[in-house]
Amino acid sequence: MGTSKSKGTGTARRQAAAARPVQRLLLMVATRKGAWLLHGDTRRREWRLDGPHFHGHVVHHLQLDPRDGRTLLAAARTGHLGPTVFRSTDCGRRWHEAERPPAFAKVDPAQAAAGPGARVVDHTFWLSPGHASERDTWWAGTSPQGLFRSEDGGRSWSGLPAVNDDPQWREWMGTVQDGTPDGPKLHSIVVDPRDPAHLLLGMSGGGVHESRDGGQSWSRLLDGLEVVEGFDAALPTFHDPHCIRLCPSQPDRLYQQNHCGIYRLDRPGTRWTRIGRRMPKKIGDVGFPLVVHPRDADCCWVFPMDAADVWPRTAPGGQPAVYATRDGGRRWQRLAAGFPAEQAWWTVKRQAMTADAADPVGLYVGNTGGELWASRDEGQRWRCIARHLPEIYAVEAALL
Amino acid sequence: MQVLIPSALRSYTQAARVQAEGQTLAELLADLDRRHPGLRFRMVDEQDRLRPHMRVFVNGRAVHELAQPIAAGDEVAIVQALSGG
Repeated sequence: MGTSKSKGTGTARRQAAAARPVQRLLLMVATRKGAWLLHGDTRRREWRLDGPHFHGHVVHHLQLDPRDGRTLLAAARTGHLGPTVFRSTDCGRRWHEAERPPAFAKVDPAQAAAGPGARVVDHTFWLSPGHASERDTWWAGTSPQGLFRSEDGGRSWSGLPAVNDDPQWREWMGTVQDGTPDGPKLHSIVVDPRDPAHLLLGMSGGGVHESRDGGQSWSRLLDGLEVVEGFDAALPTFHDPHCIRLCPSQPDRLYQQNHCGIYRLDRPGTRWTRIGRRMPKKIGDVGFPLVVHPRDADCCWVFPMDAADVWPRTAPGGQPAVYATRDGGRRWQRLAAGFPAEQAWWTVKRQAMTADAADPVGLYVGNTGGELWASRDEGQRWRCIARHLPEIYAVEAALL
Repeated sequence: MQVLIPSALRSYTQAARVQAEGQTLAELLADLDRRHPGLRFRMVDEQDRLRPHMRVFVNGRAVHELAQPIAAGDEVAIVQALSGG
């Protein structure tokens, strides 16, 4: 597996620091019943809806390759057919299926009885383009938890044994019983823009892990993270990161939305700080998505959810709002202008909130009611740009 | 032999009935995949088990094991058990 080093801290920062002029904006919307593309104009006022692609497929993630600006990968399955990955090299005009989609190693039935058991990929959940220096490399996270890598632009995928087949990891991953209602997931595959061998990932459940050798070996990154009361925080099993993001303008800074709060970690430190303690008490600091500013590492946005008693996972009080910090988590500002003021019981999944790289930054929120909302001013004002879509699973944005 | 293909898999075959050969169901599915690449993995998982909701009938009788022998002239029907929302 190629893991060539390409340390380029200064270059990464300079690239991240420059706001991209808006030429054309592409939003990639993955839903429970297919995928849609939204093409936006230079002012981000007019949007053209293109779709459905893969109508009837459950599409968990749709990602553009930033290295060529035209290759799209879609993680798809149907209720009855097995999981696969589709690939387009012309921005969604034509699609071709992967020749070898992510799949766990076949286990001999006799060995399966003695070991941790054979597993089957239910769906590919997360797609991350590889490092800028590793053209055609992609990463995929699956449900149940598995890590896969493609070196041919998504045509074929290979599992990483250090994650997928390690007995200790399998214990941390638990079973389907231990996962989210839609299955346990490996997500938030983060590639350090300075070093293709430096990776982070999250598992729900199973915790946060870091590799410095391209995924051959891993270490836990759990210090400071809380777990549900009564459980042992020393065990990865009990950790449930929902979304981990690296700041492109300051790659040593990480943010995390966790089952148990919002956190920040500044490397080389190893202890997460719960910055969500500064959120309003009546809102709390539980949610699924977290979005970082492309050029300001002190700024991130979250979409809190109601985590009371049975965990409704809806906007607290039926009043959807994004919360932003601009000082690394010391203070939080409620951003809800334009959102419904009441009786709006949105759920926003961990991949369903994103940002573009324009100036000011555009933000996008997709909810499980099939509405897509956008802000052209970093969350100050919101408007609905698409509705009546199926349940939205993921939203990604790209400037073309 | 002739194989009936469910609508969900016709994007691979472009036809409701296709030809395939084999002396077992496993061989038949392997041949189908050679003729229509990608089809097998959508209905058989990486542990060589029929996926949930996928059903195969040989001469009208349900078959659950890939090792099931089949013979020239058998009628094979692949069916997806429709369910869910």
